[in-house]
Amino acid sequence: MALSSLTNIHAGFLPLTDAAILIACKELAYDKKNGFTLNLVKESSWANIRDRMAIGHFQIAHMLAPMPVAASLGLSPLPQSIIAPMALGVGGNAITISRALAEKIHIHLSAPTINAKETGLALYKVVAENRKRNGTPLSFGVVHPYSSHNFDLRYWLNASGINPETDIQIVVVPPTLLPAALEAGHIDGYCVGEPWNSVAVEGEIGEILTVKNEIWKHSPEKVLGVSQSFASEEPALLSAALRSFYEAARWCQNPENIEELAIILAQEKYIGQAASVIFPALSGQLKIKSDQTMQSAGFLDAFTNHATYPWQSHALWFYTQIERWRGQTWDPVKAKAAQQTFRPDLYKDALQELDISFPESSIKIEGDNQFFDQRVFDPGKADQYLEQDLAN
Amino acid sequence: MSDSAISVLILDENKIRASIIEAGLKEAGHSQVTILSHTTGIAKEIETLDPDVIVIDLENPNRDMLEAMFQLSRSVKRPVAMFVDHSDGAALVSAVEAGVSAYIVDGLKKERVKPILDLAILRFNAFAKMERDLELAKEELAGRKLIDQAKAILMEKRGFSEEEAYTLLRKTAMNQNSKISTVAQSLITAATLLNEGD
Repeated sequence: MALSSLTNIHAGFLPLTDAAILIACKELAYDKKNGFTLNLVKESSWANIRDRMAIGHFQIAHMLAPMPVAASLGLSPLPQSIIAPMALGVGGNAITISRALAEKIHIHLSAPTINAKETGLALYKVVAENRKRNGTPLSFGVVHPYSSHNFDLRYWLNASGINPETDIQIVVVPPTLLPAALEAGHIDGYCVGEPWNSVAVEGEIGEILTVKNEIWKHSPEKVLGVSQSFASEEPALLSAALRSFYEAARWCQNPENIEELAIILAQEKYIGQAASVIFPALSGQLKIKSDQTMQSAGFLDAFTNHATYPWQSHALWFYTQIERWRGQTWDPVKAKAAQQTFRPDLYKDALQELDISFPESSIKIEGDNQFFDQRVFDPGKADQYLEQDLAN
Repeated sequence: MSDSAISVLILDENKIRASIIEAGLKEAGHSQVTILSHTTGIAKEIETLDPDVIVIDLENPNRDMLEAMFQLSRSVKRPVAMFVDHSDGAALVSAVEAGVSAYIVDGLKKERVKPILDLAILRFNAFAKMERDLELAKEELAGRKLIDQAKAILMEKRGFSEEEAYTLLRKTAMNQNSKISTVAQSLITAATLLNEGD
């Protein structure tokens, strides 16, 4: 195909390892192969990504999975419809704490671990001691109010007996500024995507306490956010883009490619951190402190086990968590709108020519071995789930 | 004048641009203007300052932090909303295109704040133009240096006068439909390559 006939798509992204699918698509020319040109724009905040999509600068973007749901609830400054026809892999976050807090935590752990239950209990004990001494509550950073980081952290704290509203302070700090905030003592810990945990470990500022995949296995993180108007006006172009991202995701997951991927991502125009700091998230060999490495299988999956499938039940879970922490009760109309921001139908339409197998359903139950506390999320009973949360 | 009672906080890592906006706001009669140019640990400072309007550059990653502060409104007592409301999409487009955004205390009248954002947009655009001009001037200077170097090579190797050397460069550029500095660069590269064998 002649270059002049290519069509351009503008996509915003933040410097994070889980932007890998978009970046690999561009670098390995899966876009050209599918007849379009992907223009990647590095952004500095999720608010910019959202606003620049609202005014038409971006047709698609690397986006926090709860953002389309939040937009459907009218929680964006501008009215906008964002859909998610694809997930950009699963997992990839970790919780990192300062070395001072780590010292207190280690007293309550018999052996080094990233197990969410054990580390949660240890943190619970530290928080309880702190309360007894009338100390200042610990402060944890997350990257955005409508982020899985915020909801994962809150879920883990709450299920560990720590009230995220009263026992601890949660503040928003941009990913790139988190290691500096930890070092300066403005915060005691944070939940963020890679490489911003490994950056702190490498700089001997902090230690990784637990990871997203330990809190909730194979759980949603970033999605491909797509402006609804672009999806309606350019369905064929969107399908071509989804096919190219699917191929890029398959390339990213291949162990033979991850070294090359780390080098690609390390470039200043993408993440701008050393490849050696990016690599652990891709290999699952996570350095949790300066002298300790842990195997965390499935830490960040770009492709396996339908990691790019946009489960509507995930959108529904985010709906329950947004409303839970806003103190809002179940609203069937809002819940339905929230659920429908994730579009497995568009995913299947675009990829059917690739001869691959899809999940039959658009929803799934998160069974008793998915969340670390064995709580079950049944999308058919999501109203009761939210009710229980609010009564808690 | 009641407008002078509005306190404005400018969050901009670019100190020069921030002071240009500050100067404009002061000229317009706003005496309470504060600039924060660093990015870490500013939540507490904002809380203390308690501004009515916050102007922030879009390069600043702290937008997400700001929105969360206002949304939770726990550390900031009064709720703050994004300046451009739902009915004013055009203002948001011009603001984003200029690279600036603003937040105001909810309830503050739009007519009172609009001039502040308009001024910020104007100054952001003017600053961007100034930077572009500076970039062009730098390129021009670099180009002139290349031409001087190429002329010196021609004078040395072919015994040209300075004027003859320049005429040859200009003619070649015209024939190749390219810039003189580009031709000069090619000549310098070629001369370097040829000299390497010496």
